[in-house]
Amino acid sequence: MPTETTTPIEKQPAPLTTRRSLPRFAAIGLVILSIVAAFLYLGGWFSPRTLTPARFVDGLEYTGGTHSGFRRNHAKGVGVSGFFESNGQGMRLSRAVVFRTGRIPVVGRFSLSGGDPDVADAPDTVRGLGLLFRLPDGEEWRTAMVNLPVFPVKGPQGFYDLLFASKPDPQTHKPDPKKMEAFLAQHPETARAFKIFQSHPPSSGFENSTFNSLLAFRFVNAHGVSIPVRWSMAPLQPFAAAGPPAAAEGKSYLFDALIASIRQRPLQWRVMITVGQPGDVTNDASIPWPDGREQVDVGTLTLDSVESEATSPARDINFDPAVLPAGIAPSDDPLLSARSGVYAESFTRRAGEKKTPSAITPSEVRK
Amino acid sequence: MSTAVQQRQFTASMRFLHWLTAALVLTMLGIGVAMVASLASYHTLVSIHRPLGILILLVVVIRYVNRRFSALPPFPAGMSSQERFVATASERLFYIFLFVLPLVGWGMLSAAGYPIVLFGSLHLFPILPHSVVLYAVLRKTHTVLAYLLFLMLIAHFGAILFHTLIVRDGLFNRMAPWKIRA
Repeated sequence: MPTETTTPIEKQPAPLTTRRSLPRFAAIGLVILSIVAAFLYLGGWFSPRTLTPARFVDGLEYTGGTHSGFRRNHAKGVGVSGFFESNGQGMRLSRAVVFRTGRIPVVGRFSLSGGDPDVADAPDTVRGLGLLFRLPDGEEWRTAMVNLPVFPVKGPQGFYDLLFASKPDPQTHKPDPKKMEAFLAQHPETARAFKIFQSHPPSSGFENSTFNSLLAFRFVNAHGVSIPVRWSMAPLQPFAAAGPPAAAEGKSYLFDALIASIRQRPLQWRVMITVGQPGDVTNDASIPWPDGREQVDVGTLTLDSVESEATSPARDINFDPAVLPAGIAPSDDPLLSARSGVYAESFTRRAGEKKTPSAITPSEVRK
Repeated sequence: MSTAVQQRQFTASMRFLHWLTAALVLTMLGIGVAMVASLASYHTLVSIHRPLGILILLVVVIRYVNRRFSALPPFPAGMSSQERFVATASERLFYIFLFVLPLVGWGMLSAAGYPIVLFGSLHLFPILPHSVVLYAVLRKTHTVLAYLLFLMLIAHFGAILFHTLIVRDGLFNRMAPWKIRA
């Protein structure tokens, strides 16, 4: 047994004189300040002009208005549900469980772009389709697509600047052509994208629109082979060109037509995977991939039920395009991470707000 | 009076878990403030933040159990009873925060209806029902608790520097990552 008994652990030396302790206090303060400064730096406090998710959503609110409880973009919409029937063809491209042969439930939301949930439907307004695939193993695949052939910009700053360049002037109610000109001079990719839009006129409705992922992703198969892909929902409903809305048609004529047709019969889209080749750009969604890329039909999306946002689970879903199952991975496209961050910020803001009724009301869906 | 040699340090496992927690929590707080301010790295950082939070939850549970079954070194003789009270209370508070913060994160993702992905196809079950109202409250709580935890860490760090550089009572030796000889 040790013979020592307990003793005070350390002998405390005599207190320091003020002269000797002051520099030590200063050193402690300096260390603490440095840590605080490092965290402020990480939090972006020293770069107030850098675009963050919060500043991006501020921009959406400034240009589109703040409407309590609604998404800051693609505010007007309806919920839908149905299922995806996989034909098994996707399995050689991706090991994601969603591509195994079988049927899995899907919740979705059709929308129009812009922050105004009461905007009048117009043929040229960008149409969105958000989908959530519930995989049997508990994983999820979420995607938010639009009916444009390419994205108008290649990065988040471009999107932000485009918001301001296309914001209607309060006097003329039209975007200032000078601002748009200046923007296009700065963003040749947007000028090119606008040209592509002209050769892809919108269809007559939601039901015969093609919805595109635009961003590139990576599919990883069971052998670990990773390939770049983009995906599209190709409608089985026949294409008809959009005409100008007839005067008699209501403010929500596109949604009304969607509701009427989905109640008549289920609407279907083929889920098409476009396989990229080495050299195809994956970090710029404003550039289309060359024609002739392999297209794989991996199954059919059927949407057989439509609901107002008041009752649809879609209202409370963030269709964050970065929610991916194993077997689908992000590419190097800067828009994916940016969209994920901005969607999350928009979701957080609207989650805490009082819900106001959507333009497409339950009675509108039932009639 | 005890006849055994008074232990000068926390046990090796306690010290290891302390410094592991310190590294994890500092990394976590840094990722947390950086991810909400970044468009380019948001997705990557969130993908690290989630599993790291669950790891911290696991570590703090192990740490708590380990502490319950470990002998503790005494405070330096020069520490007043008030100082001892503050030290003990802050330790309790740290345990509560390190346990509650990851749980709030987990609960908040559950309430948002997000899948709680750790890595690959591995994901956790939701611990709360899908409710955006609940999400909004928990999301705010998560931020507030994280800032408070950061302030606690700063105070903790300042206190240990004060004891080491000004009082010089060897308080730091109790938790030093290396072994202190008697």
